[in-house]
Amino acid sequence: MSKKKLLNSKDIEIILHRLACQLIENHNDFSNTVLIGLQPRGTFLANRLMDLLKTAYHIKDLKLGLLDITFYRDDFRRKETPLAAETTKIDFLIEDKKVVIIDDVLYSGRSVRAALTAIQSYGRPENIELLVLIDRRFSRHLPIQPNYRGRQVDAINKERVLVTWKETDKKDAVYIE
Amino acid sequence: MQGLSVAHLLGIKYLNINDIDLIFKTADHFKEVINRPIKKVPSLRDITIANLFFENSTRTKLSFELAEKRLSADVINFSAGQSSVKKGETLIDTVNNILSMKVDIVVMRHGNVGAGVFLSKHVNAKIINAGDGTHEHPTQALLDSYSIREKLGTVKGKKIVIVGDILHSRVALSNIFALKLQGAEVKVCGPTTLIPKYITSLGVTVENNLKKALEWCDVANVLRVQHERMDIKYFPSTREYTQLFGINQDILDSLGKKIVIMHPGPINRGVEITSNVADSDQSIILNQVENGVAVRMAIIYLLAQQIKR
Repeated sequence: MSKKKLLNSKDIEIILHRLACQLIENHNDFSNTVLIGLQPRGTFLANRLMDLLKTAYHIKDLKLGLLDITFYRDDFRRKETPLAAETTKIDFLIEDKKVVIIDDVLYSGRSVRAALTAIQSYGRPENIELLVLIDRRFSRHLPIQPNYRGRQVDAINKERVLVTWKETDKKDAVYIE
Repeated sequence: MQGLSVAHLLGIKYLNINDIDLIFKTADHFKEVINRPIKKVPSLRDITIANLFFENSTRTKLSFELAEKRLSADVINFSAGQSSVKKGETLIDTVNNILSMKVDIVVMRHGNVGAGVFLSKHVNAKIINAGDGTHEHPTQALLDSYSIREKLGTVKGKKIVIVGDILHSRVALSNIFALKLQGAEVKVCGPTTLIPKYITSLGVTVENNLKKALEWCDVANVLRVQHERMDIKYFPSTREYTQLFGINQDILDSLGKKIVIMHPGPINRGVEITSNVADSDQSIILNQVENGVAVRMAIIYLLAQQIKR
C-alpha cells in the first residue's frame, strides 16, 4: 500500500506550539493541572509538549504522568498474541486536579475509554480533557471527541495513520498508508 | 509478545525460562497496580474462577482470592471440609459439578500428587496447581524467585540454600526446579532423614551442617517442619531439630555477612526460625506475601488470555 506524508517535522513543530498555547490559555500556570501521556505512543507527544511548555513558555512545576491502559482495554483475549503492558508512572495524586490525557492518534475512542477508566485508580479528577495530534474523523466507535487536536484527518477504515517520532523512529512525521 | 507455552500451570517442570520471564515481567506491572490507591483492574470481568481447596490453606487461598478479585474475576470458593467430598463424592464429580456452573479457571490444592495433571486431562478449564501433596507448589516457587530477583537484582548465579523438611515439601521441589532453570546454585540442608535420596539427581548438593550451608549461601529459604505429613518420627525431638537446624540471630551474626532470609509460611516460630530473625531486616517474608498477589495475578492474567469465547 502506498504511503503518503501528511505532516513533516516543521508542520509538527508548528502544531506543537499551537497546542501548547491552547493549553496555556485554559490552564494558565498549570498549578492545578497534570498531563497524562498514554502508553506507548502518546508518551512521545506528552514529553514533547512538556519540554516545549517548560523551555519556550517557561511553565514551572509541570507534572507529567505516563499511563498504561492494557489491563483496562475491552479487546482482552480478542487478539492472537497476549497484550503486553507498558510501565505506568504516575507519582502524584490526581484528586481534584485538571487532567489532560494526551495521545498521538484518536481513532475508535476505545483507548481513551480505557484511559478514562484507568485514571479513576488514581483519584477523582476535577475534569478531564483530551489532546491528540491526529483526530481521525468519522471512525469513532464511542462518543468521544478531543478538546485539543493537532490535525483532523479524513481516512477510510482500511487506511492507517502512522506517527513517527525522532526519539524512536529517527524523524518527526505523520503518514497515511 | 509470545504467551505462556503451557495451557495450565501444573508445575514448574512444565515451564521454560521464557515463561518465567513473561510471568515476572507481567507481575512487575501488577505490583504497580496493587500499590495504587485503587488496586483493581477490570481485565477478567467475564472470567469465573473456582478455588478448590481439598487441603487446608490460609495464605495461598487468600492470596489467590485477592489476586482474582483485583483482576475483577468472579470467584467461587470450595473447601473440602464443608462439602459433599465428606459424603464420598469423587474428585471428577466434584469438579464437573462446579464446571457446570461455567467456570473458566480452577485453582486447586489437593493432598494427592498429580491431582492437577489428572484434572487437566478430564475437564475443560484452565488448571492452576496450588499445591499437590508433596509434589509441586509452582506459584510459591515463582513468588520466591520473584522476591529473590527483587532483593538481589537477579537469580542467576546466586547461591540459595533450602533448609528444613525437604522430604515432605512441595515448596522445596518447585523451588529447586525454578531456581535451577534461572541459573542459581542450590543446596539443601536438613536432617538426613528429611532429605530424599534422589535429590542430588536434580542438580543440587546436600549439606547437613547448617553453619556451613549458611556460610556458603546468599539466600536461606527456611521451610516449615511439616509434622502433619510425618507418619513416623524423623528426628528425636523438636528441641534437637531447633538446635541443629533452627535459624537464630547468633548463627547469623557469626557469618560475617548478611544473607537474605525467606520462609513460605506458616512459621513455627522458635522451631525452624526465631521470632527476631523472622521479623529482622534480613527477612523478606512479608515481601514474599505481597509479591505472591502480584505473581498470582500475572499467572491468572496470562492463562486467561488463552481463553477464547
